Amino acid sequence: MGGDKMSDGNGFNVDALVEPDRVHRNCYADNEVFEREIRQIFHKAWIYVGHESQVPNTGDYATTVIGRQPVIMVRHQNRSIHVLYNRCPHRGAKLCANRAGNTGGNFTCSYHAWQFKLDGKVRHIPIQSGYDNTRFNLNDPNSHMKPVARMEVYRGFVFASLSPTGPSLVDWLGTAIAGIDDMCDRAPEGEVEVVPTCFRMIQKSNWKIFLENQLDAVHPSVTHGSTGLAAQKVEKEMLAETGNPPPLSYHYISAFAMEMDKWGALDVVGHPNGHCVLQGYMGLRPTDPDTLEYDAIMEKHYGPDRAKEILDVNIHHLLVYPCLSIQSPLQQLRAVRPISANETLTEIWHFRLKGAPEPIYRRALDYFYLVNSPSTMINADDLYNFRKCQEGLESEGGDWVSFHRNAGQDLVEDGVATSVIGFSEIPMRNQFEAWRNYMQAEGAL
Amino acid sequence: MSGAMSGGALPVAGVSLETQHRVEQFLYRQAEILDDRLWDEWLALFTADAHYWMPASPEQTEGDGQANIFWEDHYLMRTRIGRINHPMAWSQSPANRTGHVVSNVVVEAEDASSGDLVVRSKFYVAEYRMDEQRFFAGKYRHNLKNTPDGYRIELQRVDIVNVEGPFDYVLQYWI
Ligand code: FES
Ligand SMILES: [Fe+2]
Repeated sequence: MGGDKMSDGNGFNVDALVEPDRVHRNCYADNEVFEREIRQIFHKAWIYVGHESQVPNTGDYATTVIGRQPVIMVRHQNRSIHVLYNRCPHRGAKLCANRAGNTGGNFTCSYHAWQFKLDGKVRHIPIQSGYDNTRFNLNDPNSHMKPVARMEVYRGFVFASLSPTGPSLVDWLGTAIAGIDDMCDRAPEGEVEVVPTCFRMIQKSNWKIFLENQLDAVHPSVTHGSTGLAAQKVEKEMLAETGNPPPLSYHYISAFAMEMDKWGALDVVGHPNGHCVLQGYMGLRPTDPDTLEYDAIMEKHYGPDRAKEILDVNIHHLLVYPCLSIQSPLQQLRAVRPISANETLTEIWHFRLKGAPEPIYRRALDYFYLVNSPSTMINADDLYNFRKCQEGLESEGGDWVSFHRNAGQDLVEDGVATSVIGFSEIPMRNQFEAWRNYMQAEGAL
Repeated sequence: MSGAMSGGALPVAGVSLETQHRVEQFLYRQAEILDDRLWDEWLALFTADAHYWMPASPEQTEGDGQANIFWEDHYLMRTRIGRINHPMAWSQSPANRTGHVVSNVVVEAEDASSGDLVVRSKFYVAEYRMDEQRFFAGKYRHNLKNTPDGYRIELQRVDIVNVEGPFDYVLQYWI
């Protein structure tokens, strides 16, 4: 740890790390800071666990981590969802070793065959007589699988908090709930359904570097110029060779090379608790037959006024801090799972809009492939930059990370800050304001 | 052998030594083209309507409309090559280098009249970039068109053994 930079006698001095327009490199490179983030942020905030359509049937489960805690999301016989620590109360074995599966009507431990109901309550312990006249007690919570302290489901999106106290999920999301609403509202039936393929990508960089990149409107034309320009060239060739305009999917990657000014015209909005929104180009409304058919279905379900209102929602990208990056107009979601100060796992999903025609799903699928798959030509260069940032921040070549661009110029109303220009580093400042609050909060040191 | 096991055995076509030799040479040449990053020659290996396909799970039976690790026609392959060759392709500077070994070549089906083939094989690839080496192993399944200019790939399916695992970095181009 960086000596006096970090310490105020109580062991942690957030003021030495975070200033309004710059942060210390130890925020990214210090293992003790990382451990504190796990305790103070990931073990307290609402963390995305999964979508309930991952577990449609009784006994279906999916595993993931909340901070350092392995958890199981499981579907109960009564249709409810439970999020339980993935740990056997007997001698500690994980109960579900797989990422997903079906455990039947109960969990059975592979070590000594203790059995648990799908809400985690112990169901059967072999050789029960051995517990006669011992201190073992079925009324003791230690005899059952431990549920997470709090769990809430919002429109199918399952979040958990390991802290027994704190704001409700909806209060915590605040105005950022618009991202989840936008994704679901775009479905004629008002719901989305997960596509079961989850791509997992390990980033050799701190989790915050990923989140800071997501709404960074300066980086696309620099980082992704090669892919954007290559796609623009092929768009022209395709038109010349086939006479047909290229499919919309090419626009997803060619747009990365659009002129800097256009990125600057986007609004970036900082919401309370670190959530942020980049508003922008996905709001484009093509008028091809597939889109028109979809628009008509939307009007039928919602009525023309509400349908227009939904389709006009102008969100490019939204962060639910600290755990999610959502691109609601294309139904993409990336969950952030920090591993260590310099390593982060992302779980990457996409969704179907229930009731939307197949060609509309194909747009989500194409984006998932081109931007979010393991063969992505876009994130190839992001991940490389992230890694280089991490390596630079671990050096002593400088102590500070600059977030000065347009600092002090944000337009603030009701706790929501809007940038004066899309290039503003408002999202980074906004995330660190939340970081500061989490990190210096009382308790659980 | 149990019924279940023999039922699961993959088909094998009895082909001439010459056909076996020709197709092996074709697969070796494809591997060499990839290792040498000869992109024009790479594209020329494929028919005009071809797809290069790496499914996201071993059970997948369709490429179109599914989540894939690769599902690319000529235009997408050209986009990828355009990116790789672009001076601003930051993660191609330095570029990666690969070494392919292709083996266990079994012709699965041969069309008696056209000479078109379905061919299974195994591969092992070492990839090197920025002081780090990664390995990929798996199987290929080529649908080959027998043309006057030699075999051309209509569909190449690539199943890597660690397909569901986390990726520690992207695949910048084809395996
Ligand atoms: S550890 Fe689970 S039954 Fe013993
Ligand atoms: Fe990017």
